Amino acid sequence: MAAPVKTVGDVLLKVENISLSFGAVKAITDVSFEIREHEILAIIGPNGAGKSSMLNCINGFYHPQEGAVTYRGLKRHDVDPHEAASRGIARTFQNIALFKGMTTLDNIMTGRNLKMKRGLFWQALWAGPAIAEEIEHRRKVEDIIDFLEIQSVRKVPVGRLPYGLQKRVELGRALAAEPTLLLLDEPMAGMNLEEKQDMCRFILDVNDEFGTTICLIEHDMGVVMDISDRVVVLDYGRKIADGAPDVVRKDQAVIDAYLGVQH
Amino acid sequence: MGFFLEVLIGGLLVGVLYSLVALGFVLIFKASGVFNFAQGAMVLLAALCLVRMIEWLPKWFGLDNPALVIVLAALISGVMMVGVAVIIERLVLRPLVNQEGIILFMATLGVAYFVEGAGQSIFGSNVYTLNLGIPKDPVFLFENLFEGGVLVNEFDIWSAIAAGILVVGLALFFQYTRTGRALRAVADDHQAAQSVGIPLNRIWVIVWTVAGIVALVAGAVWGSKLSVQFSIALLALKALPVLILGGFTSVPGAIIGGLIIGAGEKLSEVFIGPLVGGGIEIWFAYGLALVFLLFRPQGLFGEKIIERV
Repeated sequence: MAAPVKTVGDVLLKVENISLSFGAVKAITDVSFEIREHEILAIIGPNGAGKSSMLNCINGFYHPQEGAVTYRGLKRHDVDPHEAASRGIARTFQNIALFKGMTTLDNIMTGRNLKMKRGLFWQALWAGPAIAEEIEHRRKVEDIIDFLEIQSVRKVPVGRLPYGLQKRVELGRALAAEPTLLLLDEPMAGMNLEEKQDMCRFILDVNDEFGTTICLIEHDMGVVMDISDRVVVLDYGRKIADGAPDVVRKDQAVIDAYLGVQH
Repeated sequence: MGFFLEVLIGGLLVGVLYSLVALGFVLIFKASGVFNFAQGAMVLLAALCLVRMIEWLPKWFGLDNPALVIVLAALISGVMMVGVAVIIERLVLRPLVNQEGIILFMATLGVAYFVEGAGQSIFGSNVYTLNLGIPKDPVFLFENLFEGGVLVNEFDIWSAIAAGILVVGLALFFQYTRTGRALRAVADDHQAAQSVGIPLNRIWVIVWTVAGIVALVAGAVWGSKLSVQFSIALLALKALPVLILGGFTSVPGAIIGGLIIGAGEKLSEVFIGPLVGGGIEIWFAYGLALVFLLFRPQGLFGEKIIERV
């Protein structure tokens, strides 16, 4: 695919006045923001600010008590995870949620689950159309494996891989779905500098080459400032800033949140 | 030597049947983390439906070809087990999604009583003889190797072959198809599976259906041997030591566990029994399970659970 010149397009996803609480604990209070086509949006904030909860609302693991999520023109109060996945939202998790007993290859193949159409009947017979389909999708998966440079661990059960590689396989599984919107929950947590640089390169490449819109949560400010087009800052479940990295960095409310001013 | 082999083979063939029941447990436990107490009841229900359909179909439709009747009865029983899977998913599993394992376990206890009761109200609660038209004659094997050969029941051999085909088929399905991969994915991590668009509800229906079909095969085999009666539901108890031995999460474990227990209880009954007054067969499996619980709680093939602190 030819790399297009980076242009941020229309609104792809719109979060409107979302409030989420667990019993008496308010995780998110009245947060709204937009994600535009082809941009890399970073959500940052101190621990417990509601960042992961936000992603969970977007892909339907949590159902906010108030507010709605509009994705590609469809407004939803209760997003269903299956619907989100089938409309092109893929994600990774903060604490790696891979299928540990399965190989790298099988893990990434699960990402193509929604693209595969042959019914149970052909699968059970393991006959013509089902085999052809497996081969076709296997080819796509091999492309992803090449792209992420994990050829050497193709047949290894992922539970045995080192942490950094597991993160990469998880990204691969998300990419296998050819998502329109990719949600990454702390893709670089716990990595060393070299692994972080690799991961940054992959994220930028995905964004460039496939035009995938990316929304990521990250604590490493250097990374956030380098790769994101726009930053949303959450603190205690509220949005305190939203703008270009350079602007957000100088915002007084953001500095206060990170340095810990009395609330 | 011939006698030892005879006991061993007899035990292994019984073990195959234990494996069949245990397999149903493992399938559901792997995919949904639920210990399905109703598996024994499902075996009873499937067997009851099968035996009564074989009796009723000729009366209702005047069919007189026994092979056709058996095939039709098996199909009807299979369809019924699919229906049972759909109903259980809709009425029991779906409302309890994301609950603790112990709550789901309690729910399957209720399902067990309901299935037992409903099965017996619909199909009757007498003892029924099931005849699948498979010869039950004793045959002699290895006659050229030993004097007198080894005496086995032909029916046992056929049922072992059927069980073998079923197990290999399931293993291939789990390993090489998209749905099989999705089933393994759900077994590993519910949330991650949902995030790649695997619909949990559908997977559960498929798993319970497969467990239902396995129950049907187990019910047909046990029913032919022991005739179809309520005590079949108690087979579930015999599957427990098999699972402890083989590990709750392992399909090969269920098979090998069943074989070890089948062979072990027959051999110990014949060769150790007389020394202690007999009756070992009844508790051998549970004694072995106890030893395993003490020294290797994850079983032979189960995943060792390591908690990091």
